[in-house]
Amino acid sequence: MFDRLAAHANTDASLIRRGKRLNLDFLVGADDQDFIISIRSGRVQEVKPRSVAIESGQFAIRARSDVWREHWQPMPKRDHHDLFSMMAAGLASIDGDITPFMQNLLYFKALLAAPRGTNTEAA
Amino acid sequence: MMVTFEAITGRYFNLTVNDAAYRIYMEEAGSGIPLVCLHTAGSDGRQYRHLMNDPAVTDHYRVIAFDMPWHGKSNPPVGWQDQEYQLTTELYRDTVAAFCNALELDNPVVMGCSMGGRIVLHLALEQPDNFRAVIALEGADRLHPYYDTDWLHRPNVHGGEICAGYVSGQVAPQSPDEYRWETLWAYMQSGPGIFKGDLHFYWVDGHFDDRSPEIDTGRCPVYLLSGEYDSSCTPERALATADRIAGSHVSIMDGIGHFPMSENPELFRTHILPVLDTIRA
Repeated sequence: MFDRLAAHANTDASLIRRGKRLNLDFLVGADDQDFIISIRSGRVQEVKPRSVAIESGQFAIRARSDVWREHWQPMPKRDHHDLFSMMAAGLASIDGDITPFMQNLLYFKALLAAPRGTNTEAA
Repeated sequence: MMVTFEAITGRYFNLTVNDAAYRIYMEEAGSGIPLVCLHTAGSDGRQYRHLMNDPAVTDHYRVIAFDMPWHGKSNPPVGWQDQEYQLTTELYRDTVAAFCNALELDNPVVMGCSMGGRIVLHLALEQPDNFRAVIALEGADRLHPYYDTDWLHRPNVHGGEICAGYVSGQVAPQSPDEYRWETLWAYMQSGPGIFKGDLHFYWVDGHFDDRSPEIDTGRCPVYLLSGEYDSSCTPERALATADRIAGSHVSIMDGIGHFPMSENPELFRTHILPVLDTIRA
């Protein structure tokens, strides 16, 4: 469900500027599906389904697919409107080495909200 | 002159709190009943600029917002470089009381947001006859931390960026972008470790749900207002606080987050004006 993340994120000049020094892979999960997202110089270079068990990225963020879809609504419900709020409400989790996530917190929040207001089924 | 000044004036003065001297910055506008406004953790008094520019408020209230020591344009104490800033219940309560005493404010209303919304409940309990009423914006008597504050002050994470990142989701999605980013700008400007030090009071030291039922709202009325999108002082926690304080008034503000006065001033005034009208009636 993150197929079009690159199309949404890579047209956002402000987002790319914010992440221009960022180069890493991280994992995003929706239900039992995991995706590896590769970031290079702030751009989404690739989104691909996780292929092998040891492919993890530097950290992993997971939520149910219905939570992600609500997160991408033009006006999300409370507890769904922000990644930290989703975590506070127990609707999302993060594991792994979260240092780069914290160092680029505004970037990752904006990146994962990039499909907001678009066709969320195809996001 | 070719400029149109706002109604707000800013002044500095020296304030001693528990034997420590601070150079304090305050702003004010209007005349009438003193209304002392307390900013959120890790920010400063600029959050109240819209209220201080609203004649519907300033025609009846002398609105005063000051930057807490270590915040905004108020200085930390001399020797700050050798201390770790940590706000305690006692220090916060004594600072607000010292400010009101220094300005010889007569029976002021005190309104605080977030950690300010918590300390006003302490003031209502411990000094009920000194305050005409207290207003707790996004203030509950108990919270549940949902993040680790150690990330807010460490050499490998930019303090301004992480402070704004921590609270960005506390602004409701409906709030205008202009005010969302102005609210976050203040967080990006706070001194190193200050937001973290404030959260010691907010997350750890300031709980008093065991004592809040002792507040006598007959002596000091209590008003609680909480935003729908607040993830720390959630509507449920505000309602639970109100349940524990007999005679308190509570309302939930739809479509607003943790920073009502700065993130959506137009919407906020529809909630706060009726409260201020009731208090002065």
